[in-house]
Amino acid sequence: MITVEHVTKAYANQQHAVSDLSFEVPQGTILGFLGPNGAGKTTTMRMLTGFMAPSSGRIAVAGFDTVKQSMEARRRIGYLPETPPLYNELNVRAYLDFVGRLKGLKDKKQRQARIAEVAEACWISDVLNKTPNKLSKGYRQRVGLAQAIIHKPDVIILDEPTIGLDPKQIQETRKLIKSLGGQHTVILSTHILPEVQMTCDRVIIINKGRILAEDTPENLIARSAGLQRVTLRVHGPQAEIEAHLKSLEIVQGVQYQRSDAELHTFLIESQAEGIQARLAREMVARDWGLYALQTAEGSLEDVFIQLVTNEQGGTDA
Amino acid sequence: MSTIWAITLKELKSYFVSPIAYVITAMFLLVSGYFFALILNVTRDAGMMTYLFGNMAVILLLISPLVSMRLFAEEQRNKTLELLVTSPISDAGIVIGKFLAALLLLALMLACTLHFPILLLVLGNPDVYPIISGYIGIFLMGSAFLAIGMLTSTWTQNQIIAAVSAFSISLLLWFLGASSNLAGSGLGQVLNYLSLNTHYESFAKGLLSLSDVLYYLSTIGILLFLTIRSLETRRWR
Repeated sequence: MITVEHVTKAYANQQHAVSDLSFEVPQGTILGFLGPNGAGKTTTMRMLTGFMAPSSGRIAVAGFDTVKQSMEARRRIGYLPETPPLYNELNVRAYLDFVGRLKGLKDKKQRQARIAEVAEACWISDVLNKTPNKLSKGYRQRVGLAQAIIHKPDVIILDEPTIGLDPKQIQETRKLIKSLGGQHTVILSTHILPEVQMTCDRVIIINKGRILAEDTPENLIARSAGLQRVTLRVHGPQAEIEAHLKSLEIVQGVQYQRSDAELHTFLIESQAEGIQARLAREMVARDWGLYALQTAEGSLEDVFIQLVTNEQGGTDA
Repeated sequence: MSTIWAITLKELKSYFVSPIAYVITAMFLLVSGYFFALILNVTRDAGMMTYLFGNMAVILLLISPLVSMRLFAEEQRNKTLELLVTSPISDAGIVIGKFLAALLLLALMLACTLHFPILLLVLGNPDVYPIISGYIGIFLMGSAFLAIGMLTSTWTQNQIIAAVSAFSISLLLWFLGASSNLAGSGLGQVLNYLSLNTHYESFAKGLLSLSDVLYYLSTIGILLFLTIRSLETRRWR
């Protein structure tokens, strides 16, 4: 549905905001664009929507080039910029009607029907007659979302859709975004990790204008895990235990953490399946007192920090 | 077409919801009414409306920037420009839609002064042609001011800067002819020709000269073209 090929964007007298970006988004996917602030997320989204043209490279949305066949591409895109683009002079109903016309919904009845539908989908039916300056941040964001989907676009692009919302609103907005997947292709940017984990089918991690990783959230987490980490608390002679752990062929790394009298804590890294069971057997066989055996969950946060910090270390050196 | 009209309607709504339209129209009527009363007192000749048109042109020079300043500056400050330019409407469509709204407001303001000539027609026997051509001329001149203001409005997100730039440029173009004596005959003629004011004189005399109409239309055309270009530069910045 979306093809990005070797896209670079250079601003006047500044380093590249985005360099040599390539990725594809299949139809119906929810793709998360994850990166620290200033990573090039907004720039990429603005190029996808045709607000800016890439300095080099090519972007196609639903098969239409965003520069050469801009109108065709734009017809198929709904876009929520970082700040919801609302007019203080127009109440929500008049605003959605205006956007509907702008996006090519010519028939008045059809527009009214769509306004009712999106108002219900975005939980804004109760504020249709209010002007945006009387609305809370959460409502403004949702009106922005309603505006982006009013013309049933194939592609929905959301720049930081949950920023500035309270936890309940964040939860609701995520639910709404998830419900859009399947029939629409959604791209959203965020610097909040759990958001991606909860809503997205695929993740692209981006930093300093470059893609660092692209995969499903599960695979990325597994990759960080690649190694499993197990915390082991055991009662017995510390040096002997440590030596024995290191001698096990399936254990890649042993890290002694702390002792509490005769109770020692080790962090063990291994790629083997069933490492937990094996450790338990080893401890019991030697009559050391096994107190706790805990698998540390890998999180997207780990991958993210690992990738971003590796990158920074790499470029600085 | 329908999308252009959507923009026009939205702009008109903005003008009338925020009371800009009412305030500006009221000011325009107040000041031109004052001049009309003065002229009525001082002169009794057939060209009374001609003097009034001269005064209205100056008032328009002063207030047109206030009409045009918000057209793009506010969209930029509000971040709503991103919505417009990513919608399936060309930059030219956006510019024309907005310009149309400003023109309609100008037409409304001028329509509100129609009671002046009607009063004269009822009470006296003025020349009708200079009144008609005068209205056409003043509308064209006002449109040119608005086109200048719309262009400066794309340069900044600050409405005051947009208005001040528009006012300065309009004033310079208005008085360009005044420097023609200094510039020597060749350049002087060109400057005189480019001056917004020079072309207005024939309308005031009751003449609808094609060349003067074309002058205003092409000036407006060039300004609209520059506005579209100015809007497009954001894609490459």
